[in-house]
Amino acid sequence: MTLKRGHLLDLESLTAEEITLILDTARSFREVIDRDIKKVPTLRGITVVNLFFEPSTRTRISFELAEKRLSADTINFSKATSSVQKGESLKDTIQNIEAMRTDMVVIRHSSPGAAYFLTQCCNSKVINAGDGAHSHPTQGLLDLFTIREKYNIIKGLRVLIIGDIKHSRVARSNIWGFRKLGAQVAICGPSTLLPYEVEKMGVDVFTDLDEALEGIDVLNILRIQTERQDAGYFPTLREYTELYGINSERLKRLNVGFTIMHPGPMNRGVEITVDVAESTDSVILEQVTNGVAIRMAALYLLMANEPIPSREGVLS
Amino acid sequence: MRVMSEKKKLIEVMDGPSLTRTITRIAHEIIERNRGAEDMAVIGVRTRGALLAERLVATIEEIEKISLPLGLLDITLYRDDVHTRLEQPIVQKTEIIFRVSNKVVILVDDVLFTGRTARAALDAIIDFGRPKCIQFAVLIDRGHRELPIRADYVGKNIPTSFNERVVVKMQEQDEVDGVYIEKPVEE
Repeated sequence: MTLKRGHLLDLESLTAEEITLILDTARSFREVIDRDIKKVPTLRGITVVNLFFEPSTRTRISFELAEKRLSADTINFSKATSSVQKGESLKDTIQNIEAMRTDMVVIRHSSPGAAYFLTQCCNSKVINAGDGAHSHPTQGLLDLFTIREKYNIIKGLRVLIIGDIKHSRVARSNIWGFRKLGAQVAICGPSTLLPYEVEKMGVDVFTDLDEALEGIDVLNILRIQTERQDAGYFPTLREYTELYGINSERLKRLNVGFTIMHPGPMNRGVEITVDVAESTDSVILEQVTNGVAIRMAALYLLMANEPIPSREGVLS
Repeated sequence: MRVMSEKKKLIEVMDGPSLTRTITRIAHEIIERNRGAEDMAVIGVRTRGALLAERLVATIEEIEKISLPLGLLDITLYRDDVHTRLEQPIVQKTEIIFRVSNKVVILVDDVLFTGRTARAALDAIIDFGRPKCIQFAVLIDRGHRELPIRADYVGKNIPTSFNERVVVKMQEQDEVDGVYIEKPVEE
C-alpha cells in the first residue's frame, strides 16, 4: 500500500487506512532510532527545507532529526534571521528557496492554511508542522502512535482533551485522528475557550472537569497559551488551575488508571502539576521520542510514493 | 514495471522434500567451510529469506548442538529505487538484537537475481557493526546479475529468462514448500 498523496496537510483528509499505514511504518522507524547507528540511507540526495515562521523546540528538532536519520539534507529557515524581515512574502520566499533545487518543505506558520498555500505556489512536497489554530498532523499522529503502542488498539478508548480547545491545532488534529480510528473523544474547558459549534466535530463537550473525567482512559492536557490570552478568556491563571488543572488528588478520587499526555511545552503548576507530569502514567517524553519515528514515516511515505515532478528526467 | 501477459503457467523446479534436503546440505556446507558454527549469526532477508534463515538455524543447531543468534532484516530503507518505484512495499521491522561485530554473518535470501537486494542487505548489516565476514546463502540463483555479487552457498542454479519469475513458497507463509518458475504464456 502507498500513501496516495503528495502532501501531509491535516488529518481531516486522511482515511483511517492511511493513518494506520503511517502508524505501522513509524513502528519500523522506531526500531531504527533505537539502534546504535541511528541512520538509514533512504532519502539520500533529497533536500528538505524546514520553514519555521513561529518558535518551536520539539517539532523543529524532531523534524530535523527525522530528516537526518533518513540521510536527507536539511536547511533550517527561521523568520527572524531571513529576508522576511525586509518584507519578502511567503510565496517569494519559497519560490526562491526552491529555485536552489529543494524537494520538500516542512512549514510552521501562524496563519491557518499556510501549508495549503505553499502547495499552490511550489512543486515541493509539503508537510504541515502547525498552521495557526488549524492543524498539526504529525502531532496528532504521534499521539495516536503513542496510545496505540500502549493499548494496542485505539478503537473503543475514551479520550479527553482538556484546556484551550479554541486556539489549539493539537486538539483539532487529535479529535480528527482519534475519531477516525474509532475512539470516543470528549473535550473540556472554560466555555470561552471552546470553539463555536465544536460538538459538530462529533465530540462530547464538558465545562465541568470532574464530570468529564468519569470513565476516561486517556487525558490529553493542552498548554494554556498565555501569549493568546489578552482577550481575557478567563479571569486569572490561578482560577484556571483551580477549575481545570490536573493534579494527583483529582485523579486519585476516580480510582482508575489514566494515561497522561501533553503536547508540550508544559506550564508546570498551571494546567498540570509536576507529580502528574512525572508520574508513571505519563507518556509525555514517550510522545517526544515517537515524534521522530512518526516524522520519519511521513517523510518516507510522501517521498516514496511517486517520482518528484521537478526531478523527472534528472533521476535516471 | 515488468509487463507480462495475463496468462502465466507455473513449473515446479523443486518440491518440498528436496527443499528440505537443500537446506540441510547448505547447513553442512556452512559448518564445513567455517569448521563449526562458533561466533556465527544468521540474518535472513524478509520475507522468504527470513523463513529460510529460521530453518537453516534450526538445522545447524541440531547438527552442532549449539544455539545461534537469528536476525531478520527488512531492506526497504536501503533500496536504491525509493524515489522511482510506483508501488512501495510496507516497511517491516528489522530485528537484529545481537551484536554483529566480529561475527561470521550468514546472510540468507530466497532468490539471487540482480544482486540489488544483496547490496542493500550488506549495507544494512554493516550499519549495525563490523562483522568478521559476511557469507551469502541463497536457495535459488537465477542469474541476470546487475552488480558484482555472488553467493557462497547456492541451493540450485536455475537459468531463467528475464521475463520469468521465480516463486519460492514456504509452508509458514504459503502452506506449501516448493520452488516454481512462472512463465508468461505466448498467445
